[in-house]
Amino acid sequence: MKRYKYLIIGNSAGGVGAMEAIREIDKDGSMAVVSDEGHPVYGRPLISYYLADEIAFDKIFYRPSDFYEKKSIDAILGRKVVKINFHEHSVVLDDGDELGFEKLLLATGGEPFVPSMAGLEKYEVPNFITLDDSLRIRERLDSENIEKAVVLGGGLIGLKAAEALIQRDVQVKVIELANRVLSPVLDEQASGLIQSVLEENRVEVITEHTISEITGEGDKVNGIILDSGDRIDCDLLIIAIGVRPRVELVRDTQIQIGRGIVVDKQMRTSVPDIYACGDCAEVYDFIADSFRLTPLWPTAHVGGRVAGANMTGLDKEYIWGTGMNAVDFFGFPVISAGLLNSPEGEELEILTKLDLDEKVYKKFLIRDQRIVGMILVNQVDRAGVILGLMRDKVDVTPFKDDLLREDFGPIYLPIELRREAEAV
Amino acid sequence: MRRIIAKEEVCIGCRLCEIWCSVQHSRSKNIIKAFKKEDRPLARVRVEEQGATSFGLQCRNCDEPYCVYSCISGAMYIDEETGTVQHDPEKCVGCWTCIMACHRGAILRDERQRRVASKCDMCIDLDIPACVAHCPNEALILQEEDD
Repeated sequence: MKRYKYLIIGNSAGGVGAMEAIREIDKDGSMAVVSDEGHPVYGRPLISYYLADEIAFDKIFYRPSDFYEKKSIDAILGRKVVKINFHEHSVVLDDGDELGFEKLLLATGGEPFVPSMAGLEKYEVPNFITLDDSLRIRERLDSENIEKAVVLGGGLIGLKAAEALIQRDVQVKVIELANRVLSPVLDEQASGLIQSVLEENRVEVITEHTISEITGEGDKVNGIILDSGDRIDCDLLIIAIGVRPRVELVRDTQIQIGRGIVVDKQMRTSVPDIYACGDCAEVYDFIADSFRLTPLWPTAHVGGRVAGANMTGLDKEYIWGTGMNAVDFFGFPVISAGLLNSPEGEELEILTKLDLDEKVYKKFLIRDQRIVGMILVNQVDRAGVILGLMRDKVDVTPFKDDLLREDFGPIYLPIELRREAEAV
Repeated sequence: MRRIIAKEEVCIGCRLCEIWCSVQHSRSKNIIKAFKKEDRPLARVRVEEQGATSFGLQCRNCDEPYCVYSCISGAMYIDEETGTVQHDPEKCVGCWTCIMACHRGAILRDERQRRVASKCDMCIDLDIPACVAHCPNEALILQEEDD
């Protein structure tokens, strides 16, 4: 049995963050990564850009092709870890191989959430999570006459899939169960603006409905039936509702699971020498001041870096993240972070600016003179300055009147804060 | 490690840094051609100005570059040779996550053609970055430290 100092399960944002952080500290401790995806690390959110033909295949890869070799990492790709032997400090792969570890990172990510609906198992119904999903949908766009598509899910993944299909000249209808698109990451006003942008770009959005039945011929979908009974013809159905933590490997083991794998601020699980990060874990959220699922690329990567550093023996805390999203639809930028509305039973101070002609909307949510949430639509420049103020819990009283300005930036901050920032 | 530092107490807000940044990143690197004949590149330094205060705002090459950690495409990266944060517009998809991550507000959106991020590259091929070299009052200075 080969034994590694560092063993990482998962080869995406979190896993790679850990690999890089480990190598910055420990140049030659033995390291391996295992992933059931056969590809070297790729920018997962880029699968929509590749589907749209906006980027070439080689641009989807997140790191140069010699990444693993240069970092002396054994990349065991296309193989799956099926069991952890806690006592032996080892894992078993799907082909029976056993690998030992001193420190283990669970960066297993998320798995698509697929609700049950009649006909689902009969036809080819892709998700939109992996590069293989994108490759397969591309192959079908290239080889079949796909004119109409339905995307189930009006969240970030579903809408990026819809945008890509529009760019490939496919008619798209998006079906969303909530009463608006992007409800977990925007407020009603912002959702409405985005929905109008989508509609101007020929994406049809159907809210407050879901699919009750899928119909088809052979293994191909030819339509869906909504819960209202209405039928929609389509040549392609993509299920893109979202992800949930992929925790089957540690279910019913000593590792504590809530909604995801439970970790502390050091990214340690309940079992010594085993860490977790990314979409599979409940990680610290500095706005909620609690541990939550934050299935996002940046939070996974930064959490992975903290896990990696701690696996080498350092003591770092992951306190960087909250719910935070940056996205662009049809050239229309949106960034949000933290709270989106006043929580129930609490009235936050709210600053807003709305310009319907320019489709500009800005909103800041303030508690005890500290920003605890922001939504920026079509005026996103320097959003990071705001997020920094949120993270540092800066009292915004001296410059509150300037927050909504288009050019808000470091110059509006008190000089002592600027000096701090200047010290990087 | 290369770092450009702004000194607001001596900045006069002349914006020569912006002009010379554009020139340096133009095809000809000639000020007349860059401004009159070519598609003038975006300056990657911006002069922030409010009342009597001004300073040049550009990438400070943070020790913990969260723009790199946040980037979804790998377009933002640390150049191993120089230790500087660099950006590959060919790889960028314009998702603006780096804009969300940069607490200094130093990353810009370049919408002239493909919509991509744009940031200071610290003129890594020059001994002295163009903005620093042309600042008339030493309001932008270069720090070079051995790692």
